[in-house]
Amino acid sequence: MSHDELIWRIAGGSGDGIASTSQNFAKALMRSGLHVFTHRHYPSRIRGGHTYVEVRASADPVKSRGDGYNFLLALGDSFARNPQEDAYYGNEEAKPLAENLDELREGGVIVYDSGLLDPSEVPNFDERVEENDWHVYDIDLRSLAREQGREVMRNTAGVGVTCAITGIPLSAIEELMRDAMPEKILEPNVDILETGYDIVNEEYDVDAPDISVPTGEHDEEQLLMSGSDAIAYGAIDEGCRFIAGYPMTPWTEVFTIMSQNLPELGGISEQVEDEIAAAALAIGASHMGVKSMSGSSGGGFALMGEPLGLAEMTETPLVLIEAMRAGPSTGMPTKPEQADLEHVLYTSQGDSQRVVLAPGTVAEAYEASRRAFQLAYGYQIPTMIIYDQKLSGELTNVPASHFDREPNGDIGMTLTEDELADQPHTADGKFHRFQHEGENGVSPRSVPGQKGGHFLATGNEHNPAGHISEDPDNRVAQMNRRQRKLDAIRADLDDDGLLVEHGPEDAEYGILTFGSQQGTVEEAVDRLNDDGTSVKALSVAELAPYPVEAVRAFLDSVEEALVVEMNASAQFRGLTQKELGTHGEMLSSLLKYNGNPFEPAEIVEGFSTKIVEDGELPGNETKFVPAAGD
Amino acid sequence: MSAFSAIGEDREIDRDEYTPEIEPQPTWCPGCGDFGVLKSLKGALPEVGRTPEETLLVTGIGCSGKLNSYLDSYGFHTIHGRSLPVARAAKLANPGVEVIAAGGDGDGYGIGGNHFVHTARENHDMTYIVFNNEIFGLTKGQTSPTSPKGHKSKTQPHGSAKTPIRPLSMSLTSGASFVARTAAVNPNQAQRILKEAMEHDGFAHVDFLTQCPTWNKDAKQYVPYTDINESDDYDFDPTDRAEAQELMRETEDKLYEGEVLTGVYYRDDDRPSYQQEKQEIGEMPDEPLAERYFDDDYEWERSFDQFIDKHK
Repeated sequence: MSHDELIWRIAGGSGDGIASTSQNFAKALMRSGLHVFTHRHYPSRIRGGHTYVEVRASADPVKSRGDGYNFLLALGDSFARNPQEDAYYGNEEAKPLAENLDELREGGVIVYDSGLLDPSEVPNFDERVEENDWHVYDIDLRSLAREQGREVMRNTAGVGVTCAITGIPLSAIEELMRDAMPEKILEPNVDILETGYDIVNEEYDVDAPDISVPTGEHDEEQLLMSGSDAIAYGAIDEGCRFIAGYPMTPWTEVFTIMSQNLPELGGISEQVEDEIAAAALAIGASHMGVKSMSGSSGGGFALMGEPLGLAEMTETPLVLIEAMRAGPSTGMPTKPEQADLEHVLYTSQGDSQRVVLAPGTVAEAYEASRRAFQLAYGYQIPTMIIYDQKLSGELTNVPASHFDREPNGDIGMTLTEDELADQPHTADGKFHRFQHEGENGVSPRSVPGQKGGHFLATGNEHNPAGHISEDPDNRVAQMNRRQRKLDAIRADLDDDGLLVEHGPEDAEYGILTFGSQQGTVEEAVDRLNDDGTSVKALSVAELAPYPVEAVRAFLDSVEEALVVEMNASAQFRGLTQKELGTHGEMLSSLLKYNGNPFEPAEIVEGFSTKIVEDGELPGNETKFVPAAGD
Repeated sequence: MSAFSAIGEDREIDRDEYTPEIEPQPTWCPGCGDFGVLKSLKGALPEVGRTPEETLLVTGIGCSGKLNSYLDSYGFHTIHGRSLPVARAAKLANPGVEVIAAGGDGDGYGIGGNHFVHTARENHDMTYIVFNNEIFGLTKGQTSPTSPKGHKSKTQPHGSAKTPIRPLSMSLTSGASFVARTAAVNPNQAQRILKEAMEHDGFAHVDFLTQCPTWNKDAKQYVPYTDINESDDYDFDPTDRAEAQELMRETEDKLYEGEVLTGVYYRDDDRPSYQQEKQEIGEMPDEPLAERYFDDDYEWERSFDQFIDKHK
């Protein structure tokens, strides 16, 4: 078993504090100098149901959840239902142990709470332990927690046990607990942590640890952050002070972070009756000169289609977040997928005039968020950020300096009253808000309350003063001007964009991906090169307007390319072929849509068997789709 | 200094300032009730001291949405049913602007019904005019949410099986703090009611009966009408919710029996507006948010200084 990384999985039931325990554990490892990456698996349920979080830690930067894992901490599920074996949801009581064995690596460690879990309920447990050379620690964590505090503190006991087995100093965990916990529960938790640690030392031989945690050192201060945090902070640093939304997983994260922080900044958050209203409110506030945002996930975003079109037609700056989840319809609410790409690109009637960005990492999510506001307000155009639960719910370390930037409250091409006086007006004083000309297609705007600026904004086609007009010449002039913005935005992004190439420049093969799969793909590329396959990756974070030239150049430089994405219909490949109109013969797809993100090994395997060897994929976790031509 | 010098400007206002000088002239049918809304609004705005450039008129879709084209002010002609969410955010972003939303009965009580209920509940300080002609006019005469039961149209060939919406009762139940009904045939009352609605600090809903001479010939022309606040037949206190509720129900029933009752049905001047409620709990700044973006000296806060410590 590899000792250069720890992938620790804490498993239990929803509502048992698995997420917060794992977050503290990841932060302790980050503070100790390691790079960390977490992966979260949870059901759409408040209490009970199998959930786990993995924390991957290594001395080198980690970009994905990794392959499988090597340390299981199986806690009980306090709210397990249907304990009968033939129940619809299976034997939930045994799940924290039973559900997690398939991905545990050979030689891995199992710690389970013998107070709540009975291995005899897990089929062939002893045989599998022997076969896989797993090291098992059965410790009654529940009783231990109950004796010194409360039963729910068994998570802490489990962390104490983990530290003893892996050699992580207790002080690192204690320090975090002191930061995070109120006095009342702190002391019993510290006691429980120490007892868990001591039990292992007393009852097991830990001088020869089954697994040791690597050591590392950061050369600068790190932050543990999710893509949702980064999007929210990017918005705040761009001066966004208005958000409207309606709760929906996983979009709720950005909405929550903004709602908690905005009042402190003198901003406004509105939770409203539905997503139509949410997008309409963001438009209303933006129309008044306030930097605004809204967002949702698949079904909620579907309701935003019409307001989105209104923002396009009235050229109201607008930033919308679309946190994708597995569809169609309600789909799998807590599972990641990248299948809303076409939905976001094309929803709403008429010709789309919008920008769509898909950040690939937490750091890039901050960049994309700032860029979204700059484009939306600079060009008076709706800008969407699409991401998914892989990026929203996963935490990783990012250098603190990444966020040490100048704020920007600029609302773009908006005139002051003095400037308005020099602008063209109709005979009766209406400001020409929508002039046929305009640098980069942008006609400067006024906002209500300004003297000399009144005009009509309308979802109908309109003349320069905003009056409804169906005159063919005006129509063409207005449509062309709005479309021109997209060319200017493309040029902007070509100068300084969000595309990331990874791997040897002269590689023989290519992998093309978008959004959250970036890190996983890059890890796969490194491994393929280490194993002698010459391959490089291009991660595309700009989807509209599409970076035709950059992608064409990348594809021209390789013999064949695999497009990796988390959906069933190869939407990103379809978009690429539509935009390029070429290269169809050399683009095949590796797809995954079972609710779990790619592991690097799956991409390595898919690439090796299909592109290099032309063989058959084992199992049905991923799907290969051969090139279809142009 | 405010970046919005049109707000709070103290000067005489001529009603003609609201009239576009050249085009467009109203394209409503001759005899349409919508002219009455335009006229009474032009009359009421100078009375409340609001100039065209400190007024934002937000409309929906339909004949009523054309109000924006014929009233010179800042305007936002939105999409069907969505005027209210756009309007209320505009008010939150810059409370100094006079925000008026308007739309038809299909727009407000049908497709936008959810927004109507919630905007009333939240009690935003704005006026909402619903052009109620008991029909879908611009799409050529289909049955609407306020059409009487049995109403026949091309889409309801056997007559509507539905009981109509009760707009006044719905408004009161939802939480509006000012509820009135007026009619296009009574421009003086309409102007007075619109003035009171705009002066009211909270959500003021005016159900405005606007006869449709083209597609709703069967409907009454809303004459004769009775003003419940003036008539000796009604001994009525609009600050009494129970009395308001009873009279609203009677009014809604009687409309379909051919008797038109109008007036201010309910007002609660003590209820704080949404802005006041938000400010009370510390979720809305005292200074209009929109001003900040025109203040060159404003020091924008950074997440780096404010929020990242908890990620360390």
